[in-house]
Amino acid sequence: MSGLLLQAVVSGLLLGGVYGLVASGLTLIFGVLRIINFAHGAVMMLGMYASYWLWVWLGVDPYLSVLLTAPAFFVLGMGIQRLVIEPNRQAAEHNQLLLTLGLALFLENLALVLWQGDFRTLRVPYANASFVIGDALVEVSRLVAAGGAVLIALALFVFLRRTDVGKAIRALAEEREGAMLVGIDVARIRSVAFGIGSACVAVAGALITPFFYIAPDVGESFNLMAFVVVVLGGMGNFIGALLGGLIVGLAESLGAALLPGSLKQLVVFVIFVLVLLFRPEGLFGGARGR
Amino acid sequence: MSLLELRGLGKRFGGLTAVTGLDLAIEPGEIVGLIGPNGAGKTTVFHLVAGYHRPTSGTIRFKDASIVGLKPHAICRRGLARTFQLVQPFAGLTAVENVMVGAFNRERDTAAARRHAEEILDLVGLGGKRSVPARELTLSDRKRLEMARGLATGPDLLLLDEVMSGLNPTEIEAMVGLIRAIHGRGITLLIIEHVMRAVMTLSHRLVVLHHGENIAEGPPAAVARDRRVIEAYLGEEDGAA
Amino acid sequence: MAGRALGALAAAALVAAPPLLPKYSLEILISILFFAYLGLAWNILGGYAGQFSFGHAAFFGIGAYTSTLLLLRAGVSPWLGMLAGGALAAAFGLFEGYLSFRYGLRGPYFSLVTLAFAEMLRVVSVNAKAVGASLGLVVPTGTPAPLLFVFGGKLPYYYVILAMTGLALLITGAVARGRLGYALIAVRENEDAAEAAGVNALGSKLAAMALSSFLTALGGTFYAQYFAYIDPTITFGPAISIQGLLPAIVGGAGTVLGPLLGSFVLTPISELTRAMLRGRAGADIMLYGLILVLVISFLPQGLMGWRRAVRRSAR
Repeated sequence: MSGLLLQAVVSGLLLGGVYGLVASGLTLIFGVLRIINFAHGAVMMLGMYASYWLWVWLGVDPYLSVLLTAPAFFVLGMGIQRLVIEPNRQAAEHNQLLLTLGLALFLENLALVLWQGDFRTLRVPYANASFVIGDALVEVSRLVAAGGAVLIALALFVFLRRTDVGKAIRALAEEREGAMLVGIDVARIRSVAFGIGSACVAVAGALITPFFYIAPDVGESFNLMAFVVVVLGGMGNFIGALLGGLIVGLAESLGAALLPGSLKQLVVFVIFVLVLLFRPEGLFGGARGR
Repeated sequence: MSLLELRGLGKRFGGLTAVTGLDLAIEPGEIVGLIGPNGAGKTTVFHLVAGYHRPTSGTIRFKDASIVGLKPHAICRRGLARTFQLVQPFAGLTAVENVMVGAFNRERDTAAARRHAEEILDLVGLGGKRSVPARELTLSDRKRLEMARGLATGPDLLLLDEVMSGLNPTEIEAMVGLIRAIHGRGITLLIIEHVMRAVMTLSHRLVVLHHGENIAEGPPAAVARDRRVIEAYLGEEDGAA
Repeated sequence: MAGRALGALAAAALVAAPPLLPKYSLEILISILFFAYLGLAWNILGGYAGQFSFGHAAFFGIGAYTSTLLLLRAGVSPWLGMLAGGALAAAFGLFEGYLSFRYGLRGPYFSLVTLAFAEMLRVVSVNAKAVGASLGLVVPTGTPAPLLFVFGGKLPYYYVILAMTGLALLITGAVARGRLGYALIAVRENEDAAEAAGVNALGSKLAAMALSSFLTALGGTFYAQYFAYIDPTITFGPAISIQGLLPAIVGGAGTVLGPLLGSFVLTPISELTRAMLRGRAGADIMLYGLILVLVISFLPQGLMGWRRAVRRSAR
């Protein structure tokens, strides 16, 4: 395999792992609440800023910052769900969509007002560490991000399978009325699911701060990617989100290698449109789409 | 030439055969009752004729032209209207606005459509409820509204799917009268009904469906005595839920 | 009726008052009408057909780029270029619409697809040197030339956008009261029942899409001529998509006056916020986000819906 292509594959898989974690949170939220959370990227952005400020003010390493940001964003997510989303649970579908859009606008621009639009970078001492596989350069920070993302996603997977709360979440996602009938506190589970989804995406943000720029609009592109991944993997399909993330990461990366300029994004969008039209339930099957 | 002609009509959903080898001809001016135990495939026949499902086999000819593959609205424009088993009003619109949607098939401008809709509403006995939002109407009125909407499209053939279900005896009487009035305007009717009394009095001819097949056909009195029909209904009472 | 008299008075004021207004007020008024116009255009597809597009920027951008490129490369007057842009946008809208509706994309999935298409156009423009790439295009507005849609002062631009808004109102009214309006509402409420009543669901939605995209594109040309500069982010970016639909949602989607009312409420708030918090970019949009959340939560039918509810309970 030519050096360029190998590099593209490596980069794609590494970033794809992060996409997978971001998408896992989104697909969890969709599976349980049946809403497409437009504010997902904004929460990720806030998570990145949180890690950034912890580093700048207290010198907390971004990887360690997740110990603080994950629970904080879990609570924030639960709060948002309880305050804004839950009261509008019965609203028309398009209105719920606009609700999360409004949230996204609010959060993104709040960040803009507070911290201005300048790009910031988080420079850790080991930022440039890297090694070589064949002809490809692997940055340690990207490897850690991908590894961390996959680990957390797998931990989430185990959580959903083994714990009572996890099983309740899956029950609600699969069979809402049945879940209510067996006495599951569905309102609380909805909050928890949104909280977990938010925590996941905030952690994903923390993981990429060593090599990704931080700005109020950074969430927007991840948002779109996450939608593509979730649709590709199947709405509500957890493993699908992970695999979808890898596929999208690869596609984007190969697109960057083969196409000039920023046309790589086109590859992802074309995949998106094709999947929506011809296989809306996703490659791996998901909850009832359309 | 029959108004509606079904030949060898069949529909399979995956492994389930809903309708099979159905032959049926409806002549202009008839009232034909389509009866049979639950799950016999009656509503499926309506869906096939009205264009909501594509038949897996057989032909459907309306006014001597095949309508297989046409979209429901195109079939409606040719003069075939239908009602739904579970009434489907446009909840947010008033009664007259509901009917106007159908009336626009015959009239180009809004004022004419409104006049036409009001006339139809009077026919079905909802004249006094023109401006009532559909969601506030009683079940009986909603059924009339649905029929009105179908009538407004100016059909030659009207398919009625269990319009009597959920009605009390007085309402059933009134509905029988309404159906007769509709027939009096020259509209041919194919009626699915479980209320035996009503369908017996109304129909010129009965067609009995069982497991998707036409097992008996003829004047109501004869069909009622037909041994196969009795067995089909009794069999349902005995075993199948 | 009091309502009609009030409306006539307002219309008269909008026509007669502006020459007397200070420049700043005139600018705000132009903004208000501009976003009202975009909202009205979006409303035909979003409010009446019930298909919430988050990617109307696609049509806006097609309009802006078409007329500007025709002007810069072939000397075609933007008055004509406007129509060409509109036609192209309508064609693109029909393409998008056909794909989406034919394959049964509804609700959020339709919204996402429209977003994707707008983004695709943005990415293509950013990478296409022929259309100026990310540097964008400058519209020559040095010397006034009314035939080339270039005016000396702001006042003529005001009357243009006033006329466009008036046109959009008339078109919306005609659609709402006519056959297409009834068809769209029926399809929105219950597509199967609508088909059974003889309504061509696909055809109706496509008609709404074509009309909506055509009108939106005209707005793109206006923007290009008024602000004299366009680039991929401004024209194809999500900002213009969102700013176009907000007035309709806040004012009341699916009503004729909703987008107009919504813009008269939102735009001044945005202008005021930006004036008060000078240098704090994003404050106005942040407020928009908050307003959107509040409106959805407490006034889901928008201001027009609230007015209807108030009148009903007053009876």
